[in-house]
Amino acid sequence: MAELRYLDAIRLAMYEEMRRDERVVVLGEDVGIKGGVFGATDGFYAEFGEARVLDTPLAESLIVGTAIGMAANGLVPIAEIQFADFIHPAFNQVVSEAARIRYRSNGAFGCPITIRAPYGGGVEVHGGLYHSQSIEATFAHVPGLKVVTPYTVYDAKGLLKSAIRDPDPVLFLEHKRLYRAIREDVPDDEYLVPIGPAAVRRPGSTLTAFAYGQMLHETLRAAERVAAEGIDVEVVDLRTLKPLDTETILGSVRKTSKAMIVYEDNRFLGFGAEVAAIIAEEAFDALDGPVLRVAGLDVPAVPYADTLAAAFMPTVDRIAETMRRLAAY
Amino acid sequence: MPVEIKLPQLGESIHEGTIARWLKKPGDRVEKYEPLAEITTDKVNVEMPSPIGGRLVEVLVAEGETRQVGAPIALIETAVAEGPAGSSEAPVTTPVPAAAPVSSAASAPSAGAVAPPPRTAAGVRLSPLVRKLAEEHRIPAHVLDALPGTGAGGRLTKDDLLRYIADRAAGAPAPPADRSPSPAVPTAAVAPGTGDEVMKLSPVRRAIAQRMAQSKREIPHAYGVIEVDMHAVVTWREAHKDAWRRDGVALTYTAFFIRAACEALRANPVVNSAWSEEGVVLRRAINIGVGIAVDEGLVVPVIRGADQLSLSGVARALDDLTRRARAGRLTLDDIQGGTFTLTNPGVFGSIWSMPIVVPGQAAILATDAIVKRAVVRDDAIAIRPVMHLGLSFDHRIFDGAVAMRFLNHMKEWFETFRDGR
Amino acid sequence: MAVHKTRVHLARHEALGLDTGDLLEMYYYLALARAIDERMWVLQRAGLVPFVISGQGHEGAQVGVMWAIDRERDWLVPFYRSLAACLVKGMTPRDLMLGLFSRANDPSSGGRQMPAHWAHNAHKIFTTSSPVATQYLHAVGVAYAAKLRGTGEVVVTSIGEGSTSQGDWHEAMNFAGIHRLPVILMVENNRYAISVPTRLQMGVPDVAVRAEGYGFPGIVVDGSDVLACYEAGCEAVRRARADEGPTLIECKVERLTAHSSEDRQEKYRPTSDIEASRSKDPLVVFKHYLEHAGVLDEARYTEIHARIRAEVTDATDYAEAQPMPDPSTVARHVFFEG
Repeated sequence: MAELRYLDAIRLAMYEEMRRDERVVVLGEDVGIKGGVFGATDGFYAEFGEARVLDTPLAESLIVGTAIGMAANGLVPIAEIQFADFIHPAFNQVVSEAARIRYRSNGAFGCPITIRAPYGGGVEVHGGLYHSQSIEATFAHVPGLKVVTPYTVYDAKGLLKSAIRDPDPVLFLEHKRLYRAIREDVPDDEYLVPIGPAAVRRPGSTLTAFAYGQMLHETLRAAERVAAEGIDVEVVDLRTLKPLDTETILGSVRKTSKAMIVYEDNRFLGFGAEVAAIIAEEAFDALDGPVLRVAGLDVPAVPYADTLAAAFMPTVDRIAETMRRLAAY
Repeated sequence: MPVEIKLPQLGESIHEGTIARWLKKPGDRVEKYEPLAEITTDKVNVEMPSPIGGRLVEVLVAEGETRQVGAPIALIETAVAEGPAGSSEAPVTTPVPAAAPVSSAASAPSAGAVAPPPRTAAGVRLSPLVRKLAEEHRIPAHVLDALPGTGAGGRLTKDDLLRYIADRAAGAPAPPADRSPSPAVPTAAVAPGTGDEVMKLSPVRRAIAQRMAQSKREIPHAYGVIEVDMHAVVTWREAHKDAWRRDGVALTYTAFFIRAACEALRANPVVNSAWSEEGVVLRRAINIGVGIAVDEGLVVPVIRGADQLSLSGVARALDDLTRRARAGRLTLDDIQGGTFTLTNPGVFGSIWSMPIVVPGQAAILATDAIVKRAVVRDDAIAIRPVMHLGLSFDHRIFDGAVAMRFLNHMKEWFETFRDGR
Repeated sequence: MAVHKTRVHLARHEALGLDTGDLLEMYYYLALARAIDERMWVLQRAGLVPFVISGQGHEGAQVGVMWAIDRERDWLVPFYRSLAACLVKGMTPRDLMLGLFSRANDPSSGGRQMPAHWAHNAHKIFTTSSPVATQYLHAVGVAYAAKLRGTGEVVVTSIGEGSTSQGDWHEAMNFAGIHRLPVILMVENNRYAISVPTRLQMGVPDVAVRAEGYGFPGIVVDGSDVLACYEAGCEAVRRARADEGPTLIECKVERLTAHSSEDRQEKYRPTSDIEASRSKDPLVVFKHYLEHAGVLDEARYTEIHARIRAEVTDATDYAEAQPMPDPSTVARHVFFEG
C-alpha cells in the first residue's frame, strides 16, 4: 500500500500504462518537459522521450484530431486538454469525429483515445469563468463517448487505466480540487476499476443522494451533518456518467424511495436532469417524494471573486438543506 | 357493453351504503343524473343520480341490502353515442350525488374539516410509491384519507403507510380514521340466550357504536363540570321568545349555549383543535356540531362558522338543521367538518353528563337540564335556575386548567348576559 | 515558391518510368471513376437514390497522385470528392454503389453515412465526415503514428480549396511541418466552394504558397494533367519516405458538375466558365495524350469502355439488389462490441 494523492494516482496510472504498452502516448500542451501544468506527466519526458510525450502546439482541435489519427494507426493516445474550459475548440473533433468513428464506419474503425480534462471550480480553485467549468453534461449527451468522473484516489488510478485500455474514446474528467486535497492508501499491485459501475459510498435508508467527482466530498459531509438529525442518507458515487449505471441508481431509489442529485455543472439540462428522468421513467412507483437537484447556478461559469464563487457552488449547507427538505417531504 | 354502476363514496369516512329503494327498474330508461336509487348510509340518506345515461339492465343489489363503497350495484347499457369513454370517466366510480338533498352545498372549507382533506381527492397527492403500496396491500381510499401523515403538509409518507400495514398485520387497533365496522364491533362474545332477540344494527347505530368505541379506545378522556347560574339567560329568553317566534325564530337554550361556547372557544383556541402525532392542529374555523336526537339515534349536524353568527343567526341555523335532521334531509355537508361538539342531554332531564369526544376533535360540551336550586348569593340563600356544564376533553391536548378556564368563560358569559350580547 | 508544371509533351511518361500498361490502367481508372460518377447522377435523377455529390473533373489529379504511392501499404484519408482516389486505393465499383444505395453491406458505413463518405479498413482508407478539414488532422495523426512506429507508411489526404480556410487545416499543416511527417497534403482547387469563388476565399491565388509558412514545399500542378500530378506525387512520396517531411500539392482542377445534386451551378457560374471547364476535362486531355502517344487505339478504347460499362452495370444492379440495413442494427457499433 502506498498513500497517494489523487494527482499521483493519475500520474501513476499513465506511467504504468506507458511502461506496459509502448503504443501509449501522451500529448497536449506543456505535458513534455514541464510535465503538465498540474504535474500529471511529471518525469515522463525523461523516461519515455519526446515522441511519446508530445508537447503539442497550442491548439485543442489539433490535440484531439491528431489523437484520432494516431489511434487509427495503432497508437493509444492520451490527450490532455489543459483545462476542460478549453475543450470547446476541439468540440467538433470530439463530437463529430472521435465519438462517431466507430458508428459511422459500421464498426470498421475504432477510436481508442483518452481525453483527460481537469475541470471544476470553487473558492479554492480561483479559476474564474475559463478555468473552472464543468463540461460533463455537454459531452455525456454525445453517443459514442464515454465520460468518467472519479472521486476517490483508488478510482482515479483504476478508472484511468481502464480508460486508456478502452477501445472507445473516453473523456476523463478530473476535478482540480481533488488533485492535492485528498490522500488515500492505494494498493501497489496493479488493479483496474471498470468503466460503468457506480459505487455506494455511504449506505442509508432515508433518501439517496447521487453525486460524482468533487461533489461527492460535499455530499458526504452534508450526509454526516444531517445524520445527527436522524436523516440517513445513502450517497452513491456515479463515477461513470456514460455509460451510466442505471441499475445501481434504480436499486438505491427503490430502497430509499427518495432521490436527489448533486452536481457542480449548471443546473439546467445538467447531468441531474438525466438521472431524474431515468428515475421518473423507471422507478416512478418507488418514489415517495420529488427528485431534487442541487447544482451550480445557471450563470455562464464560476466567477473569480471568492464571494461570487461561493455563491455559485453547491455547498454543504445547500446540500444538507435539500436533504432535510426531501426527508421531511 | 353495460357499464357497472358502483356505490358512490358519499362522504368522508362513509364506507358502506344500503339500497333503500330503487327508483328505476330493469328495462327503464335512465337519463344522466336522473335519480337512480335511494341510498341510506350511516350519515345521510341520498338519492343517487345515475352517473351515465342509458337503459338499466340489471340491479345487482336488492333493496335493503348493504354494500361497501365501490361495489357494483347496477348495470346500465349506455347509449351508443356515449361509448366506452363515458364508462371510464370518474363519475362512474365516484359519482357526486346530485339529488336535491345532497348537492346544494358541495364545497366545504377544508380548514374547518374534522379530518384532513381527503387525500384521494383531486389536488391532494399520494406519492407513486404510497399509491402502489396501498394497492398492493388493499388499503381502501377512505383509510388512506384518514391515516395521519407525517410528511410535509400532512402528506402520507411511505413510512406512515408501512407503519399502518405493519400494525394491521400485527392485529393492532385500526387507525383513528379507519371507520370500517369490523374492528369496532365488540369482540367480547355475546351469545343470545333462549328467548333473547337480536336487534339488527341500523347503519346509524353501527356508526355510532364504532365511533364511540374508537373515541374511547384512543382518546384519554378527562372531565370537568361547572355550575352556572342561568338566571340572566332565562329571564332574557322568557322576555323575548314570543317576539322571536313571531319573526319565525325558535329561541332555544341551545342557541345560547352555542353562542357562549363560541366565545369561550375564541378565548381558548386549544379547545377547538384536533390531536395528531405531528402536533395539535388548531382549527381556524369554529364549526359547532350539535347532537340532535332522531328516531334512529343521534345525528350531529354542524353549524359552520358559528362564531360569525349572532344569536339569532345561530338560532335560525339551528332551527333549520333540526327540522331537516328530523325529516331525514340532512346533506353530507351538513354533517361534516365539525371542530367542536355540543350535546344537550338536559332536554331529557339529565343533570350530570359526561359525553364522549367525537374522534378528530378535542372536546365535547354537555349542557344539562336547567333546574331551580337553592344557592348562596351574597351570603343569602336564593332560588336560581342552575345548569351543569360538563366538558369531556382529550387529555393529550390540554389539561384540566384549560378545561376549567373554558367552562368559566362560558359561565361568565351566561351569568352576565344582557340584551345585545 | 509555387512551381507551375503544366506543359504537356509527348513521351513524358517514359521519363516518369510509366509503361503502356501503366498508362492504360491509369486511363481505365479515370474513365471508370467518370462512368460511375455519371451513373450516380442518372440514378439520382431517376429517383432511385436521394443524393449525389460528384468528383467529375477531379479524377486526373487523384489518379495521378495516387499512382505514386504504395497502394497496399500507404494510407488514404479522403474527402467527399475522392471517388477516383478510392478506386485506385482498392475500392470496387460495387463498394461505391453500395454506399450510394446505402445498403447493408456498404463497406464505408453500412448505410449510415451520406454517399461519398467513403472508408475501407482493409484498404487503409480512413472514415470521413462532413464538417470539412477535420480529416487533415486525422491524416497527420496517422502519419505521426507511422513515423513513431517506423512503419514507413505514407499518408495521402485531400481537401477542397474552400476548406483550407478552416482552422483544422492550419493546425494540421502546422503539425505536419513541426514533425516533418510522411504525409502528402493534396488540395484539389476547383475554384468554387459550392458557389463561393476563390477570390472570396483567400487573399492569394494559390493555396500552395502557404506551405512555405509551415516549413515545407507547396507546389501547384495542372490537375487535368495526370502525368504532372503523378510526377508531383512521386516527389512527395520520395520526400516522405526519405523523412524529408510533408508536401503540399495543389492541383488546379475543374468542377464539371454542380456541387451536388442539390445545387444548380448555372446560378453562380457563367456559361463561359462552365464551357471552359469542359475543355480541361482530365479524361479528355489524358485520352488525347494517350492517342498521340500511340498507346490508346480504337480497339483498346472499345475494350476498356466495354469493360467499364459492364462493371458499372454490374455494380449498379448488384448494389440495388442488396438488402437495406436491418433497422434492428441501428444501435450497433456505438461502442466496441468485442
